[in-house]
Amino acid sequence: MPGLITLIAIIIFPLFFTVALTFSNWSVANAGFDWVGGRNWSAMANNDRFWASMFRLIPLSFLTVAIQYILGFGIALLAWQGIAAKRFFRVLWLIPMMTTPVVMSVVWKSIFNETVGPVNDILLALGLEPVAWLSSSSPAMFAIILAEVWQWTPFMFLLLLAGLLSLPKEPFLAAAIDGAGPIRTFLKVTLPMMAPVSIGAIIIRLIEASKIFDTVYAMTNGGPGSSTETPTYYIYLTGLRNFDLANGATLSITYLLVFIALLTIIGKVLGRLSRPKGV
Amino acid sequence: MVLKRILATLFVTLWSVFVMLPLLWALVTSFKPPEAVNRGATYIPFLEFQPVLTGWSNIFGGGGATTNLVPPLLNSMIITFGAAAISLVLGTITSYGLSRFIYKAGFIKNQDIIFFFISQRIMPPIVLSFPFFLMLRTLGLLDSRTGLILVSIAGLMPIVVWLMVDFFNGIPKELDEMAMLEGYSPIQVFARVILPLAAPGLTVAGMFAVIFGWNDFFYPLVLTFGQVVTLPVAILSLNATVTPFWTLSAAAIFAILPLIIFAFAMERFLSKGSLSGAVR
Repeated sequence: MPGLITLIAIIIFPLFFTVALTFSNWSVANAGFDWVGGRNWSAMANNDRFWASMFRLIPLSFLTVAIQYILGFGIALLAWQGIAAKRFFRVLWLIPMMTTPVVMSVVWKSIFNETVGPVNDILLALGLEPVAWLSSSSPAMFAIILAEVWQWTPFMFLLLLAGLLSLPKEPFLAAAIDGAGPIRTFLKVTLPMMAPVSIGAIIIRLIEASKIFDTVYAMTNGGPGSSTETPTYYIYLTGLRNFDLANGATLSITYLLVFIALLTIIGKVLGRLSRPKGV
Repeated sequence: MVLKRILATLFVTLWSVFVMLPLLWALVTSFKPPEAVNRGATYIPFLEFQPVLTGWSNIFGGGGATTNLVPPLLNSMIITFGAAAISLVLGTITSYGLSRFIYKAGFIKNQDIIFFFISQRIMPPIVLSFPFFLMLRTLGLLDSRTGLILVSIAGLMPIVVWLMVDFFNGIPKELDEMAMLEGYSPIQVFARVILPLAAPGLTVAGMFAVIFGWNDFFYPLVLTFGQVVTLPVAILSLNATVTPFWTLSAAAIFAILPLIIFAFAMERFLSKGSLSGAVR
């Protein structure tokens, strides 16, 4: 299998290389493997800016994925029930997924521009105070979340619609015969049956959302200050902008370990929650 | 029921508007003269401003601008299609093997190998960027198209394998066996019997590989420094200077248009492909 060999060459070897880097002193000025023991690791543990960026993923990825899931499910339900089955709408709704994230972030940046952007213009027209969207921390966070929701809700929609289309018809007929209303049918039939697809979609999106980089890089550069920095962005600054490769590698391995641990826990918890009770 | 219908229509309309707005804003802004941008937000062409082509001529080196997006466009195309094609070939062969033969290396079985491929999509690119950077520097491939293609394969091949293993599993094994009885060698079976049947799957896998390859920004940002500029990086460098929003918007539309056209073109081909598959 040539594919497997290629992948091992370009993934596994680099990974071991990164681990080796974390025990070295490698930077631009000093290229090479000088063994420095655990120095990089203790520096990592005390790096407040790094841990702040890790905790920032809680609003940035969990909140965005939650919004994407609710919106995506809503639209998928409508498309599924034939209310919006028009092919035109389906294609239209998938467009954001195909646009380049970083390019759209630039467009969002122009939309949220404080002096010439339309958002503040509309706020003014409504008699509200203009907001310093990208130069104060909470509004900047909001702008990033909005851009992410725009970009990736279609992906959620696509997966959930595919899931809905593959559901069997019988349980819905049974629910209708029993006289269950639409809300009851949704809660007791649709939602439980969609649990496996939902979990899959949520986990895929959580994985992608915790790698968030493009949007932050293009819209705020992690600013104002470091208030919208994500781990990927901060590691990029450390390792590849300031070329402190050893420290950057240490941070990246830490990030990877936390990432895998959290994903495993989340996967397990979601899996248990979705299991039908009393069966 | 009527209320529900109204609410649903409202929701659909609002969502469609939300989806379209940023794109429309970029499209309208790309035709604005500089004054119409700097004076404050303007929305409607002809009424609020006279549309001009300043932004569009700027991205092709016109109007004394130093930017020309044609070379980045070519770079992006070469890298995307190169990496997608290689991933498609390698990934398809691998998936066929994983779907038809049993591999065993100690406790590692086919399922584990498949998961290994998929898990590469989970890997945050930042973790791999350090060794990639040093490896490409050692090989002298930093800031080159070949280097970027190599790196992109690592990201694109898992998508192909993920989709194609499922697809091959859906093609009955009896077909292979019948072809073998006819005296085909395993390679002939793959090339003459299975590949034509897998055309719809290949189209989808190729489409995804191209979309992800085209939209990648992180690796080009980290691994190139001006010799090889891809489209997203070129647009970001426009952003870094005093932002001329008209040029920027034209560039943005220019960058996302190829993929939207590509997707629509492929979509038509896709439905044809799946149809011919169903007839057989």
